[in-house]
Order: sequence, then structure tokens, then C-alpha cells
Amino acid sequence: MLTLIAVFAPLIGAVLAGVARPFIGKQAAIGASVLFMVISAVAGVSSFIAFVQGCVPIAPLHLASWISVGSFSPGWTLRQDTLSLVMVAMVSSVSMLIHVYSMGYMAHDKTVPRFFAYLSLFTFAMLMLVTANNLLQLYFGWEGVGLVSYLLIGYWYERPSANVAAIKAFIVNRVGDLSFAVGIALTYFVFKTISFDGIFAAVAAHTGDQYRLLGTSFPALEVICILLFIGAMGKSAQIFLHTWLADAMEGPTPVSALIHAATMVAAGVFLIARISPLLNAAPAAMDFVTIIGASTALFAGTIGCVQNDIKRIIAYSTCSQLGYMFLAAGLGAYPVAMFHLINHAFFKALLFLAAGSVIHAMSDEQDIRLMGGLARKLPITWLVMLVGALALAGIPPFSGYYSKDAILDAAFGANTAVGMYGWVCGVITAGLTAFYISRLFLLTFHGTSRAPKHVQEHVHESPLVMLVPLVLLAFGALGSGFVLRSSFIGAGFAHFWGASIAIPANGVMSALAHPTAVAEFSPLVASVSGIFVAVIFYILVPSLPAALSQNLGGLYRFVLNKWYFDEVYDVVLVKPALRLAKFAWRFGDEQVIDGVPNGLASLTTDASVQTVKLQTGSIALYAFIMLIGLLAFLSLFLWVR
Amino acid sequence: MNQIGFPILSLLTFLPLAGVAYLATLRGDEMAVASQARNGALITSLGVLALGIYLWVAFDPSQAGFQFVEALPWLSGLDVQYRMGVDGISLFLILLTAFLTPIAILSSWSITKRVRELMMAFLLLETMTIGMFCALDFVVFYIFFEAVLLPMYLIIGIWGGERRIYAAVKFFIFTLAGSLFMLLALVWLWRNAGTTDIVTLLHTPIAPQAQMWLFAAFLASFGVKAAVWPLHTWLPDAYGEAPIPGTIMLAAVLSKMGAYGFLRFAVPMLPQAAAAAEPLMFTLGVVAVIYISFVALAQTDMKRMIAYSSAAHMGIIIIGIFTFTVEGIEGALFQMLSHGLVIAGLFVCTGILLSRGQTLTLSRLGGLAAKMPAYAALLMLFSLANVGLPGTSGFVGEILVIVGAMKVNFWVALLGAGGMVLGAAYMLMLLRAVLFDKLSRPELGALADLKPREYAMLLPLAAMVLWLGIYPGSFTHMFDASVNAMVQAHIAALTPHTALAMVTK
Repeated sequence: MLTLIAVFAPLIGAVLAGVARPFIGKQAAIGASVLFMVISAVAGVSSFIAFVQGCVPIAPLHLASWISVGSFSPGWTLRQDTLSLVMVAMVSSVSMLIHVYSMGYMAHDKTVPRFFAYLSLFTFAMLMLVTANNLLQLYFGWEGVGLVSYLLIGYWYERPSANVAAIKAFIVNRVGDLSFAVGIALTYFVFKTISFDGIFAAVAAHTGDQYRLLGTSFPALEVICILLFIGAMGKSAQIFLHTWLADAMEGPTPVSALIHAATMVAAGVFLIARISPLLNAAPAAMDFVTIIGASTALFAGTIGCVQNDIKRIIAYSTCSQLGYMFLAAGLGAYPVAMFHLINHAFFKALLFLAAGSVIHAMSDEQDIRLMGGLARKLPITWLVMLVGALALAGIPPFSGYYSKDAILDAAFGANTAVGMYGWVCGVITAGLTAFYISRLFLLTFHGTSRAPKHVQEHVHESPLVMLVPLVLLAFGALGSGFVLRSSFIGAGFAHFWGASIAIPANGVMSALAHPTAVAEFSPLVASVSGIFVAVIFYILVPSLPAALSQNLGGLYRFVLNKWYFDEVYDVVLVKPALRLAKFAWRFGDEQVIDGVPNGLASLTTDASVQTVKLQTGSIALYAFIMLIGLLAFLSLFLWVR
Repeated sequence: MNQIGFPILSLLTFLPLAGVAYLATLRGDEMAVASQARNGALITSLGVLALGIYLWVAFDPSQAGFQFVEALPWLSGLDVQYRMGVDGISLFLILLTAFLTPIAILSSWSITKRVRELMMAFLLLETMTIGMFCALDFVVFYIFFEAVLLPMYLIIGIWGGERRIYAAVKFFIFTLAGSLFMLLALVWLWRNAGTTDIVTLLHTPIAPQAQMWLFAAFLASFGVKAAVWPLHTWLPDAYGEAPIPGTIMLAAVLSKMGAYGFLRFAVPMLPQAAAAAEPLMFTLGVVAVIYISFVALAQTDMKRMIAYSSAAHMGIIIIGIFTFTVEGIEGALFQMLSHGLVIAGLFVCTGILLSRGQTLTLSRLGGLAAKMPAYAALLMLFSLANVGLPGTSGFVGEILVIVGAMKVNFWVALLGAGGMVLGAAYMLMLLRAVLFDKLSRPELGALADLKPREYAMLLPLAAMVLWLGIYPGSFTHMFDASVNAMVQAHIAALTPHTALAMVTK
């Protein structure tokens, strides 16, 4: 019941704010949205606490049937196991804080109720996603959050760049979703059901199934898992399908915090954890997940080091941290991935909101090269940003330390080539992470101000309505690590997660309990050195970065331009597609296909003109033509008969 | 007579004709006649809709066969009867027609030229379309099928745009040429079975060699109507040039006649040929989805872009029908309903811009969301339903077709679903061009948001789109039995040995 309230309260808020606004007024619309979100958060957190204390599995709550055709019969059902309830609690509480923050941040906007309607609608879709009891309802939430993400990225629709970014986000996500949808269809084909319980119960029976594709046979479960994972890659902005996330920063900052950091982009990781019983039977797909995750972590980390837009740095950081989660999930350490997911939600939402507070203070300036020296003017923002940065960098006792450390321990302990690849990428990324977040922090808050004078004069700390959520999130970023650690990945993790996550039998989780010294200290050493390098670059010897980028011009430009992914996609995919579209229309349709009937028409008119000429009056000619006609008919008759 | 004691199907079919007769008697000055004609036509069509809803309520979903059957001797010497009946497959197509005709009539309010004749044409069209979906005799079917052409030809040719004559003639010749092949097939079937009763024909076995020829004939006629690639080129011209209400009926209802023809005749009567043609039909369907989506992407005019989008979605329907699975066929049927509603909604939105005196050239629109928020929200809803967003009607049909296609072939499922990406591309471009960015011209800022009459058209459509998307069971439940029976009959026809096994099971 509490789950039901938690899921549907935001929908009511969204409808009130969006549809009923002309009748209830602007303030009431905003108030309704926030109020229902508070209700949702209270219900969501209490249902989680009640569940943890009661420790009894709750049956899924069936609301109604959805589609029912043949044996394809997904229903509207709320699943209530540990995995779902953890996500419900996290999503509803973070979303509630961001709703409150937005009241201050969006105060000067013209169409605030629309913004709140979108935010609440998003929360509803996200909660439907995490409580789904079958693949199709998950897909409903999945596409729903994608839609609202599109709407919110393009929220300021008068800006052409926002429109482009919104469309890009939707279409890149749709590429992943296409694979997801086909994966659902294949799941149904193999399992004859798409409800999670039905699939998981039948995994053992289908482990040996083969599926023929491209002339070879593949294990069917591997194909399914890879198709579903490609969907996750789109939503979680993993390498090759990552290009939309940085552009998504066109949306208002609370959106970046809620959707593009804390919740929606983590849906891919959630999906992988959700289908863990299935994935465990697909070892090649698991390796694929780890490799993609590790590569993304490293790749996005390098880009984060050289960006200058405060939000884009954090966006690439999100990409990179999601890579960490996939790295862990692919090794079978799903609880660790979920642990990092929850920690990340708090500290990344905090970082974005703190960045929003900076942007607010700096009259919408986002370039960190034009900031500096803000520490004294924005003391609270400085403090919370520091907490977020240390958590991201993985410095104990902040939350990121516990989960990142556990991920790398698991990678090292997996004792496989893929695990080792993940570990190496992960350790390097830990150094990069510490470097870029320190760079952001130092350039923003320390040194001398590089902002124009009129901006400097207006710098002010944000109002209380924005600071309170920031402080609460800072407590989350500080505490979520050691508070949740013992239940999420400690000795009793199997009891905590229950049947909601299936751990593979490769002993990766037991490796966490006894990490080797190398595994234990390398990431911390990398992080601390990253911070040191940043201090040298931006405090002690400020001329060094410029000199370095001069000397390493090629490499610098390559990373600065995000490894040229956008440019390559533009040349290889977007431009040819538009050219093909034009060609198909102008040549294919108008010339070839339309050419035939139009040609026939003119042929008929021409023929009648010619026929008139045939009337020569010569009997011999008529007789000859009749003969030909007769022959033609006869042969036609014989042939048809 | 039938289970409810009065000939409801004939009443549904000929009530609009009574309306036509009434309109013909109207006399007086032009303005008064026009408004009387509009009201008369609207009331008649609403009456038909009410009857249609009664039909839905009275329909027994547990029966697979035809219900409300009526039969009157007609050309008795030729063994042709006037026979009507509905099953789960035709039920919702009748309802769709009855639901969309009032909306099309409402959307013609801004037309002031020869209003009475226009209204008569629409009512005539409704008679012919409903009659065609009800017909249980092939000759009756053929007559209605052909007769649909006449009012539509007039609607395009008289009330259409600049190139209306070209478009009308092209439409007429394309569809007539296709139907002639069906006439040949009809004569052959008549000779073969000795009757034109559709129920009997459905159970008369036909030699596989002959089936191929008959299938080709059906493909020519139904393929043109359903605008199967490459027989689709009449469509952009006809859709583009027809007045908005005409476009609504063309795209939402008339294109379904082709798909209905495949479902009613080509697949159940010619199982071997249909199975043999499966690869061909899949190819045509996939090409329609991919190729026509690309063509849509290049369009510069709102109406034509939606027109091509409509043709691309017909590809999904064709794929679904030829999977011969319950999921695929129900998906196709569902997609037919959904497509009818969504495309109607999109064309109504287009008409709203036209009625405000605006151009439909995409580059000259933009920024309408600021001044017309309700319009923007509804256009957004229909566009999203068009790209198959879950929770809207478009998704249910699409996922069912994908699921059905996956049972047959992975690549058909993948490529058929490829429309998801391309569809999103062109619909989002359309939304941006119409609703977003800054106002491209200052006069766009002066446009008023929706009026009550426009709400009356769009809100029912929007409600239906959501209903179909969130609780599709109310609809699939009604055609489950018919489709199941059809799929079983198809399997049985292809494998005579297992047919016995299935009976004994």
C-alpha cells in the first residue's frame, strides 16, 4: 500500500500541476506538485524501512492487466522486493529534495508549473520502472523517463541548442530502446513469458538453447542479455551511445541532478541487477558488460579532465561512474553496483545542485575558467561541494570511497583477464576522477576571481530553499557509505537482498571480505595523487596546464573534442541518413515509382495518337495486324491454360 | 433474424443514407442551408456512433464466427444474397468509422464551399465504408468497396487543394485499376464455389496453383488501398491535396480497407498462397517501414510528412498480418485502430493550423507552444503515440507485431521495429519545427489556442489513444476469439495431418 502511494502520488502531482493549472493557479500548481512528492517520499522511505525491519517478502501488488494476447500477458503490477524498494526510497527522496530545490532555482522562470509537472511525471515513470514486475512495464517506465528527459532537456525550447540536444537524447536512447524491445520479443520467444518470476524460474531449462543468427548459432540467453544490455547502454550513456548525455546539460540544472545523474541514467544498472538470474547464465554477455563499463569509466574520465563547462565535467563524471557500476555488475557483484548506484545518486545530485547554486550565483555563467575565488562568497555551497567532491574522489570516510573501493576489490578478486582489465581501467579512472573534480573545485572556489566585474558584484549565496536540500544531500553523501555498507555488501548481504538479486557462483562477493593489499590501496593512492596533481596544476604552478596543453596539442585536442565521437557520427550516420532521405523522396519516389504510372499515362496518350495514324485504309495492313493479334491471343491462351 | 431482433447492421449502414436524403431536401439561402447541413450530418453521424456503441455492447466476444447475421435473397438466380454480419475483426473497424466520421464532419466546419454537397459526400462515404466492413457476400462487398471511391473522388476533386484534379484522378485510377483484378478474382471464386457467400468461400478449398493467381489479384487491389510499397505513390498526392476531413477519412479509415481485405480474404481463403507470399510481404512491409520513413524525414510540409508517416505504419500492419501468429495479427488489428485514431488526431491538428490561415510549410512555422499550450500538448500526445510510446495506443500494436514477427524471423522483427528510431526522428523534427524554437514570423504569436469545437474533436481522440494504450484489454478481448480461430484454421490448412490432431485435442 505504501509503495502504491509512493508510486502514484507523483502522478497526481503531475496532473495537478500540468493539466489543472489554469483552474488552480500557478502557486497552487507548484505546491501540489511538491506536496505530492513529499507524500511519495515519506511513503517510499517508510515502505523501505518497514520492509527492512519486517524482513518478510511482500507479494507483488497486481493493479490491472495490461496487454493480454496469446500468452503475451504483461500486467500493471508493483513488485516489492529489496531491489525495488531500495530504488523507490532513493528515487522518491532524492526527487523530493530536488523538487524543493527547484522552487528556489526556477523561481524566475516563466512557466514553472510546466517544469514541476514534468519533474513529477518523471518521478512517476521512474518509480514505475523500478517497481516493474515484467519486462514490458519496465519498458513503459523506461520510455516514460526517456520522454520526460526529452521534454526537460528541451524545456527552454526557444534555444535552438536545447532543441537539438533534446532530439539527440531521444533518438540515441531510441537506438538502445530498439534493441531493448527486440530483446523483450526474443525473451518472449524463448521463455513464452516476460514476467520476471516466470523468466527466472525457467532460466535453468533454457541455458542450453541455441538461437540461429547470421548463419551461426548462439546461446539464446547470451543474445537476449546483449540485446537488453544495449538498451541499458543507451539509457546509461555508455561508450558508443554516450553522446547525448553531455548535450543533455542544456536542461535546467535540477533536471541534470535528478534525471541525468541520480536516477534515470542509473536505470541501465538497475536493469542489469534486475535481470541478474538471467545474466548469470550468460557469461559472455557478462564479460561484455564489464568491458563496456570499464572502457566507459576510463574514456569518460579522460574527457572530464579537460572540459571547461562546470556541468559538462560533472556529466562526463556521471558517464564514468556509471561505467564503474557496469564494471561491477558484469563481474556478478550486483550488490556492489547497487551500493555505488545509491551512493552516487546522493553525491552526484549534490554536486549538480551545488553547481546549480554556483551558476545561480554567477548569473548563469558555466565556464569554470571565468570563475574562481568563490569560497568566501558562497561558504555553504563551498562546503557541500567539498563533501560531494571528496565523495566522488573516493576519499574515506565519504560514501564514494566505500563503494568504489569495493568495486575495484571485486574486479581484482575476480581473478580473470576481464576482471583485471576492469581493475586497471578502474584504478586509472580513480586517479582521473580525483584530478578532474579537484580541478573543478579549485578553479571554481579558489584562486582569484576571473569573472567580469558586473558578475562579481552580483555573487550571492543561494536562498534557504535551495540550501536546505543541499545540506541534506551532503549528509547523504557523507553518511550513505558507512550506513548502508554492512547491509548492502557486508556479511549479511545475501540476507538483505534476498531473492531480488542472484549472485553467480564465482565467489566474487567473498573476495570483498579479504582484499589483498594491492587491491586495497592502489585506488586510494591513485585518488590522492590525482588531487595532488590538481593542486600543483591549479594552485602552485598555474602556468603548467597551459604549457602542457601546448606541448601535447594533438592529444589535448583529441580529448577536448571528446574523442571526435560526435563528428564521426555526424559524418557516418546523420548526414548520410538525411541525404538518403532526400534521395529516396526525390529520386526513388518521384522519379522511379511515380515514373511508372505517369509514364504509362503518357504512353497511353501517345499510343492513341499513333493509333490514329494506323487508320490508313489499307485492308492488307488491317488483316496483318488482326493475324498478329490472333496469334498473340492464342499463345496467351495456350500458356495460361 | 439475429440475436437482438432488429437488423442493426443494415441500420448502421443505411442511416447515413437517410441523412443524405434529408440533406437533399434542404432549401433556402446558402448560409442557412450550410449550417443546417452541418448539424444534420453531425447528428446523423452521432446517431450512427450510438448504434455502433450498442453493437459493441451487444457483441458476444466468446464467439469466433459472424454475429448479427442478416440475409435477404437478392439476385437469386446467381446465388447472390444481401448478407451482412460482423465478427471480432470487423467490429472495431465499423466502430472506428462511426467514431471518426463525426470528427471529420466537425473538422470540415471551416470549409464554406458547397457545404451541403460536402456533408452528403461524407455521409455517403460512411454508408459505403460501414457497408463494406459488414458485408458477408463478396458481391455486396465489392459494390461497397468500389462505391467508396465515388464520394472520396468528389471530396478530393472538388474541395481539394491546388493540384486536386491530378490527385483525384491518380487516386481513382490507381484504386480502380487494382480493384479490377479483385473483380477477376471474385468471378473465379464464384465459378469455383458456386456462391459468393463469404462464409462458404472461407471454407471452400482452392487448389494451390490457383491460389497464387488469386493472391496476386488481391495484392493488386488491397495493396493499392493499403498503400503497400511500391503501390503507395497515390497516397501523398491524395492525402496532401484532399481537404482535411477527406484526409482524415482516407488515412484513418480507407487505408484500413486494404488491410481488412488481406485479413478477410487473402489470408484465410488462400492459406498456401499467403504462406508462400510471406517473404514477399515481409519485404514489402519492412521496405515500407524503412524506406517510407526516410522519405518522411525529407518532407518539408507538415501534411505530407504525416501522410508518409501513415504509409510507413501500414508496413507494420502488413508485417503483423503475415506473421500468422495470434500476437502478430492482433497486433496488426490493434495497430489499425490505433493508427486510425492517431493519424486522425495528427490531421485534425494540421487542420487547426490551416483554419487559422497558416501555411503548413515546416520552415515557416515554429514557436507555437508559447501561445497555444493546449494545442501543443495534444499535438505532442498524438506524435508520441505515432512513434509508439508505451502508455499510448501506438505502442501496444507495435510491440505485439514485433513479438509476433520474432516468432517468425529475427530480422523482420528488428527492421520492422526500426521504424521506432526513424519515426522518432521525423516526428520530433516535426514537433520542433511546429512548436518549438522562437517564433519564425511575428504573426504566429497572434494565434489563439484551441476553441471548444476543436477540443470536441481532439479530446475524444486523445482519450481513446490513452485508453487503448493503458487498458488495451477492452479491445483485444473482443477480437481474441476470431483471431485465434483464424490462426488455427491457417495452421490446419497448411498441415492437414496435424489438423486432425488439433481437433482431437
